[in-house]
Amino acid sequence: MKPPLIAILALALLALGPVSLQAAGPSVPLDRVKVDVTNQASLQRGARLYFNYCMGCHSTQYMRYNRVGRDLGLTENQVIHSMIFTTDEEGELVNPGSLITNAMTSAYGEEAFGIEPPDLTLVARVRGEDWLYTFLRSFYVDESRPLGVNNTVFENVGMPHPLWELQGWQEKRADANGGVRLQVVDPGRMSGPEYDRAIRDLVTFLSYVAEPMQVDRQRIGIYVMLFLLVFLAVAYLLKKEYWKDVH
Amino acid sequence: MAGHTADKIQGGVLGWVDARFPLSQLWNEHLAQYYAPKNFNFWYYFGSLALLVLVIQIVTGIFLTMFFKPDAELAFASVEYIMRDVEWGWLIRYMHSTGASFFFVVVYLHMFRALLYGSYKKPRELIWIFGVLIYIVLMAEAFAGYLLPWGQMSYWGAQVIVNLFATIPYIGPELVTWIRGDFLLSDATLTRFFALHVIALPLVLLLLIVAHIIALHEVGSNNPDGVEIKANKDENGIPRDGIRFHPYYTVKDLVGVGVFLIAFFAVVFFAPEMGGLFLKPANMIPANPLVTPDLIPPVWYFTSFYSILRAVPDPFLGVVAMGAAVVILFFVPWLDQNPVKSIRYRSFAHKLNLAVLVVTFVTLGYLGLQQVTTLYGELTLRFGVMYFLFFWLLWFHSRERSAVFSLVSFAVLVGIYTFYDFTRFDPANAQLLISAWLLPTAYLFATMVVPVFVRNLGRDRPVPERVTA
Repeated sequence: MKPPLIAILALALLALGPVSLQAAGPSVPLDRVKVDVTNQASLQRGARLYFNYCMGCHSTQYMRYNRVGRDLGLTENQVIHSMIFTTDEEGELVNPGSLITNAMTSAYGEEAFGIEPPDLTLVARVRGEDWLYTFLRSFYVDESRPLGVNNTVFENVGMPHPLWELQGWQEKRADANGGVRLQVVDPGRMSGPEYDRAIRDLVTFLSYVAEPMQVDRQRIGIYVMLFLLVFLAVAYLLKKEYWKDVH
Repeated sequence: MAGHTADKIQGGVLGWVDARFPLSQLWNEHLAQYYAPKNFNFWYYFGSLALLVLVIQIVTGIFLTMFFKPDAELAFASVEYIMRDVEWGWLIRYMHSTGASFFFVVVYLHMFRALLYGSYKKPRELIWIFGVLIYIVLMAEAFAGYLLPWGQMSYWGAQVIVNLFATIPYIGPELVTWIRGDFLLSDATLTRFFALHVIALPLVLLLLIVAHIIALHEVGSNNPDGVEIKANKDENGIPRDGIRFHPYYTVKDLVGVGVFLIAFFAVVFFAPEMGGLFLKPANMIPANPLVTPDLIPPVWYFTSFYSILRAVPDPFLGVVAMGAAVVILFFVPWLDQNPVKSIRYRSFAHKLNLAVLVVTFVTLGYLGLQQVTTLYGELTLRFGVMYFLFFWLLWFHSRERSAVFSLVSFAVLVGIYTFYDFTRFDPANAQLLISAWLLPTAYLFATMVVPVFVRNLGRDRPVPERVTA
């Protein structure tokens, strides 16, 4: 009786694993992306896009400038010159140890876009990397919208397409299978594959910002596992030794 | 006994203490001279592991309390501060969030062990009752703690659960306002849940655990054979099948600790969200009273009972059913009157009953995480019924039943829910209704009717005099 019951319980727990991944998602299938948060060059390229195109509207209010700099291998000077564009109340450049709270006010955001641009610190954990990767590549021209663009992943999104100068403009076309596909009609500075790589870098950066300690976490985890295996072996031998006289 | 005389002549610091405080006596009564059956198996690790998780939760909780801000404006940001700016804060926080889920994993396995080996039976009824109380307080503790990070799921999950009290006739709405301390879930709720989570409930929990262990050590541990080892003592009054808890079970439990910590830290370091089961993505969004999430499932350890709540169309009766699903656990020692404790010597029908309970509880847990559809709604109802039928069968299998009693009670039970099915019959869903009807019917048929015709399946086996190796 014993082994089957253990097996049932183990299977039951395993079966529960993927459940929550089926939470209400977008109507279009998401493109898969593999990001590598240990790739500093990719993180730096992503950060460049983020600080140049995203943080005018979006805050990253749980993260500090100098933490990003340290983790991405930048000097304090580089942080000050390439990430910090705002000043504090006294007109001094914001301190590199500050939280990245430079975005527009929520009132201005609501006036301009109808909704306050959300903070992006944790967006990669909320939406997932695939969602972000697909979303940022799915803007298309839609004259019926106030800002002239729409998004197939996030229908009627309030956000404009700030990366249009890189990607160019896409239009929505019917594809052979009766679905929709997006086609670049007015090319930007990047080719399709180049833009995809740039977005992958940006998603890599967002993934890092959502959980900046994730690389440390996994690295330390391996040492902890190794220690615990040794601990288990010693505990097992100790138990065997003591239990010799139990019959 | 050697150990005993050694204590008597002990001088020095220990002797000084022992003259003033029963230190050696406590040590001996609860560890060094506490005789536990020598045949504990896999299922007997979870008691000590529950204590280990409790210590993990208390220690990590103390450190979290140093940095957490129980304020609706600051709580969410303070959790991210812990995750980013506090040295090792992320480790402490992930250990605490993972510990909450592991607490329930361990406690569910511990409770299931009691069901397997009849550990709730005379003279251990009070141990079981203290245990159920611990389980209920643990649920309250987990629920209060889940609100603290003040994310969307914290907020709306608490909203759903607190609003359950609003279904109570007459006093409901007033009661909910009193619980929240405000007309909506707000800062006032957060601060009181913080107080409950960090001091009130942990204190009650600790007291109940002490009572649980004192009761256990008074009557002695059960074992996988369900044989009372105290019934067979040697000339020194020591159970022949007993071994000293320390060092034998302390070193054995150390092996359990090793395995447990590997599983625990594998989650902490490599999958702290556990695919959204332990930490939900939606909880990474700060609480917003104006935006309701699409789906508000409770954390996995509540979802079996949440399913029972959803299975009943009337809200108040749903709450009553959910409450009953927990409270019925208190009655288990008196429902199961079968003198045979261990499942090893119980009938096939009882084994099947317990196996179906596992399937039922896990299925209800799965369904509680899903959006309600026609299919899932129907399954929830059927498995909800099967959950309660388990307790009926527990009583039914207290002894071998006559053919007449078995068949009549089978007909009555099936008749009751079949009658209900006729009142809600809808030709559009006929196929689903009929196939789902087969679930509880097959369950009852296999556990009540089949043993009438194959007598062997309903018969318990003789229990040995001594524990088996």
